[in-house]
Amino acid sequence: MSASNPVAGPSGVSHAGRSGRNWLAVSAIAALIVIFPITGLVLEALKGSTGLWAHLFSSILPVAFVDTVILLVGVGVVTAVLGTTTAWLVTAYDFPGRRMLEWALLLPLAVPTYIIAYAYLDILHPIGSVQGAVRWLLGYESARQFRLPDIRSMTGCILLLGFVLYPYVYIPTRAMFLTQSGNLVDAARTLGISRRAVFWRVALPLARPAVAIGVALALMETLNDVGAAEFLGVRTMTVSIYTTWITRTDLPGASQIALALLLIVVALVAFERWARRKQRYATDARRSRGLEPLKVNLLKGVLLFTAGAIPVLLGFVAPALYLTTEAWKRYQFAGLSPRLLNEAISTLTIATIATVVTISLGLVVAYATRLRPGKTSATFLRLSTVGYAAPGTVVAIGVLIVLAGLDRFIDRTALNWFGVSTGLLFMGSGAAVVYALTVRFLAISAGGIEAGLSRIPMSFDHASRTLGQSTAGTFRHVHLPLSKAAISAAALLVFVDCIKELPATLLLRPLNVETFATHLYGEAARGTYEEASIAALAIVAISILPVILLSRVGAARRSVSGPAL
Amino acid sequence: MKQDIAVQLINVGRSFGATAAVKGISIDIARGEVVSLVGHSGCGKSTLLRIISGVEIVDSGKVILDGREVDGERFVEPEMRGVGFVFQDYALFPHLSVRDNILFGLKRHPKADALANAEDAVRRVGIEHLLDRFPHTLSGGEQQRVALARALAPRPAIVLMDEPFSNLDQGLRGQVRAETLSLLKALDTTVIMVTHDPQEALSTGDRVVLMRSGEIVQVGSGYDLYDRPTSAYAADFFCVSNKVPGICKGNRIETAVGSFMLNDTIREGEAATVHIRPQAISISPDRGDITARVRERVFHGETEHVLLAVDGLDMPLKAITLKRLPEGAEVVKISVTLERVLVFKCQY
Repeated sequence: MSASNPVAGPSGVSHAGRSGRNWLAVSAIAALIVIFPITGLVLEALKGSTGLWAHLFSSILPVAFVDTVILLVGVGVVTAVLGTTTAWLVTAYDFPGRRMLEWALLLPLAVPTYIIAYAYLDILHPIGSVQGAVRWLLGYESARQFRLPDIRSMTGCILLLGFVLYPYVYIPTRAMFLTQSGNLVDAARTLGISRRAVFWRVALPLARPAVAIGVALALMETLNDVGAAEFLGVRTMTVSIYTTWITRTDLPGASQIALALLLIVVALVAFERWARRKQRYATDARRSRGLEPLKVNLLKGVLLFTAGAIPVLLGFVAPALYLTTEAWKRYQFAGLSPRLLNEAISTLTIATIATVVTISLGLVVAYATRLRPGKTSATFLRLSTVGYAAPGTVVAIGVLIVLAGLDRFIDRTALNWFGVSTGLLFMGSGAAVVYALTVRFLAISAGGIEAGLSRIPMSFDHASRTLGQSTAGTFRHVHLPLSKAAISAAALLVFVDCIKELPATLLLRPLNVETFATHLYGEAARGTYEEASIAALAIVAISILPVILLSRVGAARRSVSGPAL
Repeated sequence: MKQDIAVQLINVGRSFGATAAVKGISIDIARGEVVSLVGHSGCGKSTLLRIISGVEIVDSGKVILDGREVDGERFVEPEMRGVGFVFQDYALFPHLSVRDNILFGLKRHPKADALANAEDAVRRVGIEHLLDRFPHTLSGGEQQRVALARALAPRPAIVLMDEPFSNLDQGLRGQVRAETLSLLKALDTTVIMVTHDPQEALSTGDRVVLMRSGEIVQVGSGYDLYDRPTSAYAADFFCVSNKVPGICKGNRIETAVGSFMLNDTIREGEAATVHIRPQAISISPDRGDITARVRERVFHGETEHVLLAVDGLDMPLKAITLKRLPEGAEVVKISVTLERVLVFKCQY
C-alpha cells in the first residue's frame, strides 16, 4: 500500500474533481425531507396551548407511559431469552433438523405484530377450537367452567410480540456465536470449565452486545406497533397518539405524546449505539474461529429440536396455518371481492411509489458520500436515516403537521391569486403516505446501498475517470452494475416494509383508500372476521421474501449492522 | 521548448484536514521521460499522482499538462485530461470481460478507431488469448498486463502508474517491469511511476524523485541519487550505511576508521557523520588499515554480511563482502574505499 493519505483512510478517499456538488445538494434535500416532520412535531408539541401539557401529565401520560414501559420490559425479556437460547441451540449442538431450524427460526419475522395479534385473538377465542380442545382434554364441558387466561391482556401482548420479534435478537446473537466463540470456548475448556458452564461463563458475556442490539431493535418495533396493542387492549403511548388524533382531532395533544415517545426512542437508540460500540471492540479485538457444534444422541436431539421448534410454531406456523385455512374458507364462501382487489392495487401502488422514491433518494445520499467524502455528506447520510427508529405514528403526526400546513398555505395562496381553492393537495392524494414511508425507510435504502458501494474500491472510480468517463458515466457503467445486488436487496426490503406498514398508512391514507394492512386493522378493530384473513395471508406471504434473503449465507451477519428489517 | 514539457507542477499543495500530504511541489517532466516517484508510505507520492490524474484536486499551486492548465485557477475533469492510470490493485472492473475492460476507455472514440486502438494495445501487451476471460480468472501477471493494455488503449500521452508491480511475485516482477518499460519507451509515452522500492526506483526512472513528508528531497538520475545524495536521508533511503561520528579538522574529518575529505557544506568545528556503505568495507585476514573483531557472520550465498567491532566505535560496522573469509576468523583487517564514503552534517 502506498496510501499517502493518512486522514482519509485506506479507501484512498478523494474528491471527484468538482462535480458531485449536485449530488450533495440533493442529498441535503433528502436530509431536510426527513428532518422536517420531526422538527414540525417538536414545534407543534411545544406550542402546547391551553394547559394541554397539564392534562397530558395528569391523565394520559402516566397510564400510557407505565403501560409502555411494562410492555418494553416484558418484550425485552422475552426476546432476549428466546433469541439467545435459540441462537445457542443451533450453534452449540448438532442434531437432526438443525440446518432447517437455523432458517426456520427467522420465519416469525414475516408475521407483523398486528397480524399475530389478529390471528391469536381468534385462535384462542374462548369458544374457539383450541380452547375447546383443551377443555375436552381436561374433561370440562363449557367455557364457564374453564378457560385459558385471556390473550387480551398485557401478558398476552408481551408474549405475542415476543414470539414474532425474537429473531431480531436471534440473528445478531447467532452471528456472534458463529464467529466469535470458537477459540474462547476452547480456551475456557482447557482452563477447566465444563461445556455446559461455558454458555454462562463465556458465550453469553461475549454475546451481550449482540443481544443488546437485537433487543433495542425489537423494542423499536414494539414502539412502532399500534395494531397488536390496540387489539389486545393495551393502551401504549403509540395507541394514545393514534386515538388522541383520530377520536379527539387533537393535534397538539397527539404531538406531545409523540414527542414523549420520541424521547424513549432516543434513549433506545443511544442504548443500541452504546452496545454496538462494545460489539465492535469484541469483534475487532481478536481473530476468531466458529464454535464447533456438539453432536448429541437421538433422544436429546429430538428434545432439542422440539424446544427450538416451539418459537417457530407459535410465531409462524400456527398463525400462518390459521390464516391459510381462514382465507381458504372465505375464498370458498365469497370468492375475491372487488374491494379486496382494489385494496391490492392501492397497496401495491403505494408500496411501489414509496420504494422508487426511497431507493432514488437513498442512492443519491449514499452516492454523495462517495463522491464528496467528508463531514458534510456524512452528516446528510446520518440525518436522512434518523427516521428508521421513529415509530410510524410519530412520523405520521410529523408529516401531518408539515403537509397540512403546506396544503393550507397553497390553498390560501391559490385562493388569493387565482380565486381557486386547491383543497387538500397532499393530504388528499396519498402523497402524505408516501412521504411518511420514505422517512421511515430511507435508512434501509441508504444504508444498504452505502454498504454495497463501500465494497467497490475507490481505484475503480479513478480508473473509470481516467479512462474518460464522467461522474455520471462512472455511476452508470461501474457503480450501478456492481451494486445492483445491494440496490435490489434494499428495494425488496423497503417494498415489503411498505406493504406491512400499518400506523403511518392508517393515519395518512386519503379518504376511502384502504390497503391490506388498514383493511385488516379495520376488521380487527370492529371485531368482525371477514376478508381480513386473505389480506393478512397476502402480507405474510410477501413478507417471507426478505426472510429468504436473510437466510442466505452471510445475510445473517449483514443484518447485524443494518437497521431494523 | 515549452512544447517539450509534458507535465509541469507549480508549487502544488494538498492537505487532508490538518495533515499536509503534498507541500508546494514544483517539477517539470519532459515528454517521453520516465520518472519514478519514490518514498516511504505517507510521503505524498500517490497523492501527487492522483493530483496529476485529476481524481484529486490541489489546494494551492497549478498543474499544467501539455501547456494546458488542468488544475489551479481552472479545473479539467480527469476524463478530459488524456492520462492513463495503472493502479496498484489494477482496478479491473469485475463485471466486464477483459475485452470490455479494454474498450471501456474507448467509448468516445468512433467504433472503428476504438477497435483498432484496442487491438493494437492488446497486441503490444500480448494478451490476445485473454480477451474473453473475466478478471477474477486471471493470474496476477495477466491482470497487470490487462491493466496496462486498458490504460494504453486510448493512447494517452502520459501514463501514471501507482506501484504497478508490487502485487507481483518477486520472480515475475523484474521481467514484467522490463517488458512494460520497454513498451512504454517504444511508444514514447511520458511515464510517472510511484514506488516505495528503492531498487525499482533506481532501475526504472530516467529521473528519480525522492519524496519525504510531502516534499521533494532530491531529483536526479539514479546515479545522482545513489552516488551523490545531497542529504543523509537520501543516502540512507537507498542504502543503509554505517554511521561513524567524526571531528572536523581543516578540510578533513577524523574518525575511528580513518580520515576522510570534507565537502564544502560543512565548516570547521561542526559535528558530522561519515556514512560508510557496507559494500565499501573490504575485509581481509591480514591486509588492511584497521583491525576489527568479527562479531557475527550471516552467509547469504553470493555475499556474506559481517558485523565487525572496531576499537573506538560504539556500534559494530556492517560489511557486505564477496570475498570469503576463512572459517572461524576472529580478528581481521579492514579498509574503507574512500570514494564511496559520504559525509553529512549531524542532524539534531
